[in-house]
Amino acid sequence: MNLTPVDWLLMAVYFAFVLGIGVVLKRYVKNSSDFFLAGRSLPAWICGLAFLSANLGAQEVIGMAASGAKYGIATSHFYWIGAIPAMVFVGVFMMPFYYGSRARSVPEYLRLRFDEKTRAVNAVSFAVMTVFSSGISMYAMAKLIQTMHILDGPFAKLGVSTAWTFHVSILVSALIVLGYILLGGLTSAIYNEVLQFFLIVAGFLPLVFLGLKNVGGWSGLKHQLPPAFTHSWRGMSNAHTNPLGVDAIGLVMGLGFVLSFGYWCTDFLVIQRAMAADSMGAARRTPLIAALPKMVFPLLVILPGMIAIALPNPTATAMNPSPGQMRISSPGGKGLIPIKVDETTGAPILDSSGKPILDYDLAIPNMLLHYFPTGILGLGLTALLASFMSGMAGNVTAFNTVWTYDIYQSYINPDAKDAHYLWMGRVATVFGIALSVGAAYTASRFNNIMDFLQLVFAFVNAPLFATFLLGMFWKRTTGHGAFFGLLSGTAAAAIHQGLTLPQGAAVGIKGGWLGAVHTYPSEMAQNFWTAIWAWSACFIVTVLISLCTRARGEKDLVGLVYSLTERPSEEDVAWYMRPAVLGVIVIGVVLLLNLIFW
Amino acid sequence: MGLDIRTPIGLMFSVFGVILTIYGGLSDRAIYGRSLGININLVWGLALLAFGISMLLLGMRRSRGKA
Repeated sequence: MNLTPVDWLLMAVYFAFVLGIGVVLKRYVKNSSDFFLAGRSLPAWICGLAFLSANLGAQEVIGMAASGAKYGIATSHFYWIGAIPAMVFVGVFMMPFYYGSRARSVPEYLRLRFDEKTRAVNAVSFAVMTVFSSGISMYAMAKLIQTMHILDGPFAKLGVSTAWTFHVSILVSALIVLGYILLGGLTSAIYNEVLQFFLIVAGFLPLVFLGLKNVGGWSGLKHQLPPAFTHSWRGMSNAHTNPLGVDAIGLVMGLGFVLSFGYWCTDFLVIQRAMAADSMGAARRTPLIAALPKMVFPLLVILPGMIAIALPNPTATAMNPSPGQMRISSPGGKGLIPIKVDETTGAPILDSSGKPILDYDLAIPNMLLHYFPTGILGLGLTALLASFMSGMAGNVTAFNTVWTYDIYQSYINPDAKDAHYLWMGRVATVFGIALSVGAAYTASRFNNIMDFLQLVFAFVNAPLFATFLLGMFWKRTTGHGAFFGLLSGTAAAAIHQGLTLPQGAAVGIKGGWLGAVHTYPSEMAQNFWTAIWAWSACFIVTVLISLCTRARGEKDLVGLVYSLTERPSEEDVAWYMRPAVLGVIVIGVVLLLNLIFW
Repeated sequence: MGLDIRTPIGLMFSVFGVILTIYGGLSDRAIYGRSLGININLVWGLALLAFGISMLLLGMRRSRGKA
């Protein structure tokens, strides 16, 4: 691919603004609260867009388009079931405790509500996870820059070998993220996430517009795809009759309840954005404001994937080839989606039945290259790069906070001055990013290690929501109950995964290592049910142990538990700003969307 | 917070808008085959410029209201 100077100019403008925001904000970072919590001074709409963007990393953009191409509109379940209800719940019911307790992080809330050991488990596993997530983001970006040959042109001019693309991409992205977080802390990360939100819309809206116009609108798309691709609930009553390979109970309970609430209601990466809000009302509105654009994001990210698979294969019909610009293609792909090829041999990768595997992750890159002429192409690529970097930055800011407050201040050096913790936060940013770079290189060498780690993270995360739900809404829950509940939940997840296998998979990392007693129709179904088992085990064990151990006195739990906390007053705000009203509106619109795409 | 986020957003999108609009006006029509014959640079450049300017105006109105 050959970019022209105008594309590079647009990219340069973006990077100048990203770092410029950091430089301007540097003056306002005076203490650790400014650095880690943005001084709790931001209005709800900014926190809301950052709440959304922090999660909207490139894995999300690329991955959801890939699912759109693979499964069709059913991918929207990841938004309408797998995010919106949890976002409403955290805003209306849980934020009063997170924000009201003045905890500076999610692990710190666990410390206040339960005990030291529960916090330690959560803080350490979360810190490790953020480093790896940001490393995976970095790796995926460098990989994509390599696959799309973005840097080939300038490298050829400079006489540098393209073998350096991967290293240069990692280094430059790490330095930029490092730069703006060191300068402006969380405020800088949040401002850039807001910028990135608008940039993604600006980059992808014209793509959806051109794509839809090309295939003849939604009705044209419907004609070119099988019915299950354009109806989100078609065949959901049975796992074997829908493209996801999941039954409705697994979908609603596993994805819609356990996984989604576990992420949106307990993950500090997103909760931190709401904690930066300037008031309780703003903190509660943060996830609700985020839910509004979140609902319509499927149109922006899933539709391009569906269009990519619906278009005629360009190798069959000659498409307008313009000089210097080409898609990543290989014969035998479907639509704009090429076949996955082995990197070293160039031979197509086959599945267990001998059919070639399609490389769905290239849906978005190929759509950009297919429809965008030079100029707006630079804008589209910038949006893509921006989403990778904000995914990294979100993880790094969550990491430096948890490291400094929940690990360093709690266990290593509790009595230092505030200025020392501010310094530590900056140091943590540097080594957090250095560790991410290490993780990115690990991912490039040993693919299996990353798969294994992600599996372990899934086991650790699955039971979390049971702990928070009981902790916030049942005052009898004890620290011992929470701690051992979490451990049993993780163990249950591992055991369930070890006893089951997705259809057609080999025993090993996909499961079955304890002897497969049950086969699921798809890996997704297995994941959802693993989550359901983990959650249930954690819930039951927490309740049982809590009943056998001594509860804390009620006056220690004021502000931390629902029944002992005064409801936040909503008298002084306009009705449309009240969390409950916003929540009802959001749920109503989601129901409507489900009906439209039924 | 001292910096109103709408100012940098407005500035950045105005710059994007100006660049795309000018480029759309000067560029060879032949490159728009892939965007279905639409001069997408010109059209989207103007849209981004309008968005950028309205963000700048919103940001300015607030800071004046405060002073």
